[in-house]
Amino acid sequence: MRKSPIARGLLILFFAALLATPFVMKRWHERAGSPSAARAAEAGTDSAVFGRYGFRLEEVSKQSGVDFAHSAPTLDDKLAHIMPQVASMGAAVSVVDFDRDGWQDLYVTNSGEGSLNALYRNRRDGTFEDVAAALGVADLNRAETGVSMGAVWGDYDNDGFEDLFLYKWGRPELFHNDGGKGFTRVTDKAGLPSWANANTALWFDYDRDGKLDLFLGGYYPEDVNLWHLKNTKMMPESFEYAKNGGRKYLLKGRGDGTFEDVTAAAGINTRRWALACAAADLRGTGYPDLFIANDYGVSELYFNDGRGHFRDAGEQTGVGFAPKSGMNISFGDILNRGAFAAYVSNISEDGVLVQGNNLWVPREGTGGDALKYDNLAEEMGVELGGWSFGAQFGDLNNDGALDLYVVNGYVSLDRGANYWYDYSKIAGGNTSIISDAANWPPMKGRSLSGYQQKRVWVNDGAGKFADVAQAVGARDTFDGRSVVMADLWNRGVLDVVVANQRGPLLIYKNTVAPENAWVGFELEGTQSNRSALGAQVRVYWAGQEQVQEVSGGSGFCAQNQRPLHFGLGKGARVERVEIRWPSGKTQTLEQPEVGKVHHVKEA
Amino acid sequence: MSSTTVTTTPIAAPAAGAQAPPKLFGIDSRFVAPIFITFILLVGQLAYGILESYAMTALAIVTAVALELVLGRLLVGKWPHLASAYISGISVGILTRSPYAWPFALCSAISITSKYVLRVRDRHVWNPSNFGISVMLLLAPWAYSTLSVQWGNNLWPMLVIWALGAIITYHVGRIHITLTYVVSFFVLSYVRSLVTGHSYWAEAAPITGPMYQLFIFFMITDPKTTVRSSRWAQALVGFLVALAEMFLRLAENVHAPYYALFVVGPAANLFEIYLTSRRAKS
Repeated sequence: MRKSPIARGLLILFFAALLATPFVMKRWHERAGSPSAARAAEAGTDSAVFGRYGFRLEEVSKQSGVDFAHSAPTLDDKLAHIMPQVASMGAAVSVVDFDRDGWQDLYVTNSGEGSLNALYRNRRDGTFEDVAAALGVADLNRAETGVSMGAVWGDYDNDGFEDLFLYKWGRPELFHNDGGKGFTRVTDKAGLPSWANANTALWFDYDRDGKLDLFLGGYYPEDVNLWHLKNTKMMPESFEYAKNGGRKYLLKGRGDGTFEDVTAAAGINTRRWALACAAADLRGTGYPDLFIANDYGVSELYFNDGRGHFRDAGEQTGVGFAPKSGMNISFGDILNRGAFAAYVSNISEDGVLVQGNNLWVPREGTGGDALKYDNLAEEMGVELGGWSFGAQFGDLNNDGALDLYVVNGYVSLDRGANYWYDYSKIAGGNTSIISDAANWPPMKGRSLSGYQQKRVWVNDGAGKFADVAQAVGARDTFDGRSVVMADLWNRGVLDVVVANQRGPLLIYKNTVAPENAWVGFELEGTQSNRSALGAQVRVYWAGQEQVQEVSGGSGFCAQNQRPLHFGLGKGARVERVEIRWPSGKTQTLEQPEVGKVHHVKEA
Repeated sequence: MSSTTVTTTPIAAPAAGAQAPPKLFGIDSRFVAPIFITFILLVGQLAYGILESYAMTALAIVTAVALELVLGRLLVGKWPHLASAYISGISVGILTRSPYAWPFALCSAISITSKYVLRVRDRHVWNPSNFGISVMLLLAPWAYSTLSVQWGNNLWPMLVIWALGAIITYHVGRIHITLTYVVSFFVLSYVRSLVTGHSYWAEAAPITGPMYQLFIFFMITDPKTTVRSSRWAQALVGFLVALAEMFLRLAENVHAPYYALFVVGPAANLFEIYLTSRRAKS
């Protein structure tokens, strides 16, 4: 080495600069994207928060008459040592106007054996009343028939009332909605699987025949009864490459409450560990494509060829390349350019596992079968949430750009004891080790990514999100699972409801700056399925374009309200609205009035 | 710390005192290790997709090689052999888990630069990629973690890599270090199992992961940063690394192997340098 002191000095200086880089980057990242604590303090008063972000959230479940606490199941004794992490899902919420009174109601699942699900009917006065027991959709959690994991609503017989599909670790159930006055269990004739350990499902009309179909995604294999295990070899065979999960079901609806299993014919034969699914027409074909977020592996994106077949294009499009721990999939036109980005949540724990959540944004210039996505989560500031579960896009401040609400936290037990070391130890093991629950170290009351803060990422409309959760009032640290957005009080704003594992149902009432305009659309299909699932609405205003699609389930074990809500910003006027129905028909509304929900029937 | 001549002998160079080994499979010894680690990368990626992304792995490799070229040329005055830098870069590229691009580049840069800065008596005392990864884990835990998962559900790729790795490390005279460490790990897993009460296989599980294949074939056997006194001394260091790792694991340290080598490797080198210097004086 040349012995010039200057060269040595410069080398040492360079080395010191390299070592200092992580501190600089941390500061830069904090300033750019995660200002929650700092900005909350900086923002100060409620009015300052309101002025800065244009909205604030207030948790009002008690005032609303909602006192729901989720309980977890107690599974086979062989799993007792790791029960908290196995029995770690089942808190779910879906939004439905089941009685068609124009007010959004909530269906909430419970999972403890003997626990009750709740159907909160909106009383139109700011309070809710649980009518589940009276209407026959409460007492559905039994070891013999399984416990609830989530629910989705869709009008399978096109009678105008949304029917209920309940998926479980156990026997899935279908209930016909009898005109909003009660429910009839129609499971036995429906042709559903007799048992599926499912954590995700959705209604959609994949073949556009006007009759709703079902997709059901298994997590644990369907031959596993979690209350009566034959053996303990029921865990994933790998932390990132597992293909020994539950099968998937594509059930073609006949419109009469019966379904035909067309999974194999459709080419869907994955056994990855599905935790979330959502459908949307991502390529402009008119047919819904199917995105599945998988735990212990890569995501799958199935292109729908319109002829009854699906093809996994996950790797081709980029979304199925790096294996992570997918727990959510939701779509949103975050850049107002008429195309859906897809948000997949994963695990990030400082120093242990930094997977980062994925924000898949369509690459410009690609589309159709050549569609490609880039993960812009880092660039846009929505990457690090924690152990993230449910997420939803929605314009929380009506400024015209979709924001993102993400819940985090896996198992919150002893605050001072951490299970991460033991978890990482077994996660690195070979198949024969990791797949056997008997090998998993006991949790002994320790937390695993517990007590985590939530993220409310506000979109600046120019490609950057900032976390304002603490500032705007989303300050709970329960183990969040399912999150939905709905206008619960018909005020033209999106409220937020969060279902927490072994925790309360939280209702965050949203107050939004009144100067921001909005418009809503509630669609009713005639030739298309009556729920209008799959209908796309494009709103054009002030040189912008935003597309939304009516969804039969998205996020994690969740379903948002069916009416579509568009924030527009200050004093905005809508130029035109284009509706493309699942049937293929299009309808255009010229300059629809803002500040109201338009009820549009397929012409 | 002193600054004298830096050599960048590739990792598969013969151990001190040994004669240059014959070609292995007809391949020049200097290229055996780079080819082997590339093979691991390809098997891992094609069979299981272990990489965060091709681009980020390429970034780690390019950074390591480019910096080696620049520092070698500027500080040593000649173009260095790039095998060592390539191995460091590819190790970082495989082992790094981060949603960001910069940790891949930074880890490679710290690894390579450490060879030129942290030197004692003309030796760099830390394995470069072990140093880079350990520093990143300590300084940037919010953005950096390491590959900690298994190959997948198929044992064959792992067995092939272990077999090939054993042949190569035997060929270059380092198999005793690998074997000592592996045997120690399995024995000490039993000790840990007794202490924690967890299943033996839960304690032994980590060594079946791909991280350990890089660790035992490339990090603990690195000729430039292992002691040179004797094979017994090298084996002893292999055991001490496993022993330190056991205590770190009992303290529930997720990155125990990296930190064990980070501490034991340089300590052993410094002790050897001290002994050598004392003998020279006497």
